[in-house]
Amino acid sequence: MKDLPAGATTIPVLEVENLSTVFATQDGAVHAVNGVSFDLRPGELLGVVGESGSGKSVTMMSLLKLLPMPPARIASGSVKLGGRDILTVSDAELREVRGGKVGFVFQDPMTSLNPVFTVGYQLMEPLREHMGLSKAEARRRAAELLGLVGIPSPEKRLEDYPHQFSGGMRQRVMIAIALACDPQVLIADEPTTALDVTIQAQILDLVKELRERLGMAIVWVTHDLGVVAGIADRVMVMYGGQVVEQAGVHALFEDPRHPYTRALLETLPDMDGGRSARLRSIPGQPPVLRDVPTACPFAPRCAHAFEQCHRANPPLEPVGEGHLVSCWWDYARTGTGPEENTHA
Amino acid sequence: MLTFTIRRLLLAIPTLLAISFIIFAILDLSPGDPTSQIPLTVPPEVREHIRTSLGLDEPFIVRYLLWLKQFFINEPLNILEEWTGYTFGDGDRLRISSWATRSPVVDLIVERLPQTLWVVGMSYVVGALIAIPIGVISAYKQYSWFDQVGTFVSMIGFSVPTFFTGLLLIVIFAVNLQWLPSIYDTTLRVTDWSSFVAQIKQMIMPTMVLALYNASQISRFMRASMLDNLNQDYVRTARAKGMKEKTVVLVHVLRNSLIPVVTVIALGVPQVFGGAIITEQIFKVNGLGQLLIIGIQGADIPLVQTLTFIFAVLIVLFNLVADILYGVLDPRIRYD
Ligand SMILES: Nc1ncnc2c1ncn2[C@@H]1O[C@H](COP(=O)(O)OP(=O)(O)O)[C@@H](O)[C@H]1O
Ligand SMILES: [Mg+2]
Repeated sequence: MKDLPAGATTIPVLEVENLSTVFATQDGAVHAVNGVSFDLRPGELLGVVGESGSGKSVTMMSLLKLLPMPPARIASGSVKLGGRDILTVSDAELREVRGGKVGFVFQDPMTSLNPVFTVGYQLMEPLREHMGLSKAEARRRAAELLGLVGIPSPEKRLEDYPHQFSGGMRQRVMIAIALACDPQVLIADEPTTALDVTIQAQILDLVKELRERLGMAIVWVTHDLGVVAGIADRVMVMYGGQVVEQAGVHALFEDPRHPYTRALLETLPDMDGGRSARLRSIPGQPPVLRDVPTACPFAPRCAHAFEQCHRANPPLEPVGEGHLVSCWWDYARTGTGPEENTHA
Repeated sequence: MLTFTIRRLLLAIPTLLAISFIIFAILDLSPGDPTSQIPLTVPPEVREHIRTSLGLDEPFIVRYLLWLKQFFINEPLNILEEWTGYTFGDGDRLRISSWATRSPVVDLIVERLPQTLWVVGMSYVVGALIAIPIGVISAYKQYSWFDQVGTFVSMIGFSVPTFFTGLLLIVIFAVNLQWLPSIYDTTLRVTDWSSFVAQIKQMIMPTMVLALYNASQISRFMRASMLDNLNQDYVRTARAKGMKEKTVVLVHVLRNSLIPVVTVIALGVPQVFGGAIITEQIFKVNGLGQLLIIGIQGADIPLVQTLTFIFAVLIVLFNLVADILYGVLDPRIRYD
């Protein structure tokens, strides 16, 4: 694929297959993730986009079983990291993956750090746990990491508590923690959403730079297609707990297939415009799925929906080089999609 | 922190003066009179003489100032003399004395303090020590059978009055099983192994009655505080870093959850000195709670004034201690 950075091989580091997550709530089940599959190649940056409530966070947390279980339950699927399914490994092995091979950055830097421990302590914890470093070694590495994420006078700041850092600086600390043990994969769940625009841009630049320097694969979750355009190699669009479209970043912006992707793109401001319009202009709300969807989850909000869209959930089908779409309207329009459909 | 402490201590002075004035005034207005207990056959001149000797014919404000001087200057100097063996000044100072026994009130208190500290203090320590692990486990395994039983027992613990649990224990362990004495023998001196065992035995029931009550409250606090923190984002971060579950709960969550609990425990310490009026009464422990009851019943106003004021001082002091602890435990709190 032409969008991949040089040197990237095609053997994925992370292979997610048919992942489904269900919450048991007082009002019944919520099918937050429904059969999500995707790959992540070494060094690749995969953008995951979708409105709030489309199942992005639940998908990411499910990968490392970070959801409270119960109420959450991973109903099906596998998450292969270097060929091994981490959903079935022992707790001890899972802990080695968390913070070791896979680093995680969360949305809200204000609450994601423990307020009563110093930043140095929290940064040294994974180093000592996974890399078995001595206190002195861990300290040295922690200072190095703070420097790496662009925090001035890192040695001194190790002694500081989270509340002594600004939001942007805290998110840098979170990134340092996630990168502490040289992970193969960095999962960032809306890491800039809680930050203001200038800080957002700084964090994006930092991640671009770190990626070039360290070469890990990144899953970058955002509800802002504009952010994705600037950094991603490939984009996965999610809606109703499933993947509705997946393509290289150029293909997605030049030839968006799914009406939802098109709607998202239409809400993007012009290159020189403000970004306030965002996603608000798609009428309607993402669904809360009480059952496994038996129809296209976007159909109720879709301008192109026809009878079949309300009858069956479209599978995710290849429609071009590395381009996958799940939409009956698109299959009919372009003569692609599953066999039965093209013959129909 | 130091300037905060000093500022708070200075602020405590007017607070305590106001409290002392109110306590003194209220009790002075009460109808008690030291001569009311004296037989009616005693002639009025003698009564008047007794009143004068107690300084009761002085105006209110003079008596208040005298009491203040006795409380803040004479008594502390006296204690200092006893501790150091030096004599300050002529060593002949007027002390606050009980109307009923004529002995200095502070001596009465010092005499009874050990029993109260042993029984009530021990029950507080025991209560806190069992409450913290119970609260932690209850929260971590919310709605498990352990949590359900814990909730039930602590509900009983603080809704059933101590006179009931006290009597229940006496009936079971003293009357029926005859394992433990029902009356606390205050003349017992621990000199050897058997007297030590006897001391432990007589402490068990009153301590347990109060410990149950304390543990019920503190474990609820601990549970609620743990539950608050278990849902915080930083807990997920700790798990995402691959920390062991034990580290996540007993380091990250517990450290945060203890902050409010420790301050609540500190705020409760003055109650220990206040003694446990009912429990002390049931087990005949001659502690401070019992002393206060005797003082009130005998209209022994200096005794009641002094005891009440000491409790007030302790409450003000431990409020400060709780604030300081908060500042020490929570790095977000900076007082200066
Ligand atoms: N703890 C939970 N209990 C019940 N439902 C949940 C829970 N967490 C998330 N969900 C549901 O899962 C769906 C997807 O949520 P989420 O993954 O957070 O969306 P996104 O990250 O895309 O904004 C939503 O419908 C939400 O209501
Ligand atoms: Mg989210």
